[in-house]
Amino acid sequence: MINFLLIPILIPFFMGMILMFCQKHVGLQRFLSLITLLAASVVSFFVMLKVQADGIQTVTFGGWPAPFGITMVADGMSTLLVFTTFVLSLFIVWYGFESIGVGREKHFYYPGLMFILTGITGAFTTGDIFNLFVFFEVLLMSSYLLLVLGGEKKQLRESIKYILVNVVSSALFVITVAYLYSVVGTLSMADISVKIADIGQPGIITTIAVLFLMVFGLKAAIFPLYFWLPSSYAAAPIPVLALFGALLTKVGVYAIARTYTLFFVHDLSFTHELLLVLSVLTIAAGCIGALATFNAIQIIIYNIVIAVGVILYGVAQMNEVALEGAMFYLVHDMIIKAALFMLVGLVIYVSGTANLRKMGGLIKEYPVLGWFYLIAAFGLAGIPPLSGFVGKLLIVQGGFAAENIWSSLFILASSLLVLLSVIRIFLYAFWGEPGVRQKINPKSYRQMLVPTVLLVVISIAYGVGSEWVAPFMDTAAKALMDPGIYVDAVMKGGE
Amino acid sequence: MKANNLILQFTSKIIFFIIFFFAVHIFFAGHYTPGGGFVGGLLMASAIVLLVISFDLKTVQTILPINYMYMTATGLIVAVGTAAFPMLLNKPFFTHFFDYFTLPLIGKTSLHTAALFDLGVFLVVVGVTMTIIQTIGEDE
Repeated sequence: MINFLLIPILIPFFMGMILMFCQKHVGLQRFLSLITLLAASVVSFFVMLKVQADGIQTVTFGGWPAPFGITMVADGMSTLLVFTTFVLSLFIVWYGFESIGVGREKHFYYPGLMFILTGITGAFTTGDIFNLFVFFEVLLMSSYLLLVLGGEKKQLRESIKYILVNVVSSALFVITVAYLYSVVGTLSMADISVKIADIGQPGIITTIAVLFLMVFGLKAAIFPLYFWLPSSYAAAPIPVLALFGALLTKVGVYAIARTYTLFFVHDLSFTHELLLVLSVLTIAAGCIGALATFNAIQIIIYNIVIAVGVILYGVAQMNEVALEGAMFYLVHDMIIKAALFMLVGLVIYVSGTANLRKMGGLIKEYPVLGWFYLIAAFGLAGIPPLSGFVGKLLIVQGGFAAENIWSSLFILASSLLVLLSVIRIFLYAFWGEPGVRQKINPKSYRQMLVPTVLLVVISIAYGVGSEWVAPFMDTAAKALMDPGIYVDAVMKGGE
Repeated sequence: MKANNLILQFTSKIIFFIIFFFAVHIFFAGHYTPGGGFVGGLLMASAIVLLVISFDLKTVQTILPINYMYMTATGLIVAVGTAAFPMLLNKPFFTHFFDYFTLPLIGKTSLHTAALFDLGVFLVVVGVTMTIIQTIGEDE
């Protein structure tokens, strides 16, 4: 079955269309969404196994020969991310049943979710730079819908900002692709890699590399382009926020990692040095933001920015250890960010405020929530054997191998600041004198707690069982390190 | 506002059909010459918008009781379904098929699955355009 790798993308796509017909049937929509995500998770898991067993899978649309048609490529990195995406969205959707509100569910919340997943997984899988733009647009359109849905004043204000930023960055994206096309004359990512290697990356290509960094950096929220993220994301309801926080910036990170390992690998002293500096600055800016605020949501949002910095720092080292670490950390961060947003959402649900100063003493009434929050916080900071540890260890190891001693030490030190920022939520919300409370429905609290706890358990399993995940990460990192593997798979598959 | 727009209403009844058939023509012309589902869909939508302008939204909704949201979804299913159909035959996604058929009245014609895809695009464009215009037009 040559189209096997497309099935995880098509499942949510078709279901999104079908769900548009059941607009008013909320129960049916919930059921179909869960089934879809479950099916997509299972299929994407098998695609991942197939890639692990048989190497990179490709299919070129319409049976055209490889560099001319649009190729979809499932390699180690993309299948891992696609699988993680579906598993996460399964839990986020489950969590959302109780918190998203029937009003949103009746106005295309689920079709929006399905289309955003189509866009995200498509962006992870495509092997064509213009097609990447198309999938970016698919996910952006759906994200506009999800962000503005509900029509609160805050949402309308932030959506305009969000749309403006993304329209500008999309325009830049097309312009940059046009520049690249005018130089190398091809859009197939494998072919671009070959052509750039042929001409040895002259100055113009390096300029385009920096432009790409700007375009994807706006989506991924790297320093100085992260300014839109904290306020825009804060406007979204918690399930949407969890989805955005866990997945959207990661698409930008993926695109940077892909272009900076496949295309622009001949002038490392400039491009990857720039990436390194920016990633360190991103971490610094994120830490400052996370420590400066007393808003629980904002703390986690700024932690997105920090994580983006850490992952890109791994990519900037350009050696196999660091890339493997970046892959480990990327998947870890997707899981743990979703879990943290869901946990903080629960904290806000029971206390009725996001202001840390007003919270307090939750541990007596909600011990399970408290302890799982603590585990997730430790996991985020990377305390062994939890999930953040392995990734950060490998990234720093790679950093030492690349002789970036000081910045690697900075990454290590930043973990402490990350820990401090999330522990502050624990200290303020769970310890101390009882703060404000909101009357809650215990049943819906429990229904939100179950997926949250399961997700934290998954993150623990991911950390403890990293030995089992390691082969997948290894394959992904190897393919990133050696563009030849990717190129060969695409060119061979197109015959 | 309610001026005597008898002339506009009378002409738009006729022009609607002219634009409609032109949209169909453009749609079928699209395979070998400029045109296709997107332009055809826009023309079709513009014909409906002409009716909306000369009468009003309520009247047009009674003449054409279409849920444009469903129309968009149907179009998507037709388009992506056509693209996905070759997967059942183990051909790459988006592979198209065509052959020559002798049809009554028309004679020897080439029929493409690409036209089905274009039909989906046509429905999506009409659906989306009309949804947008109706949403904006609804609030006074």
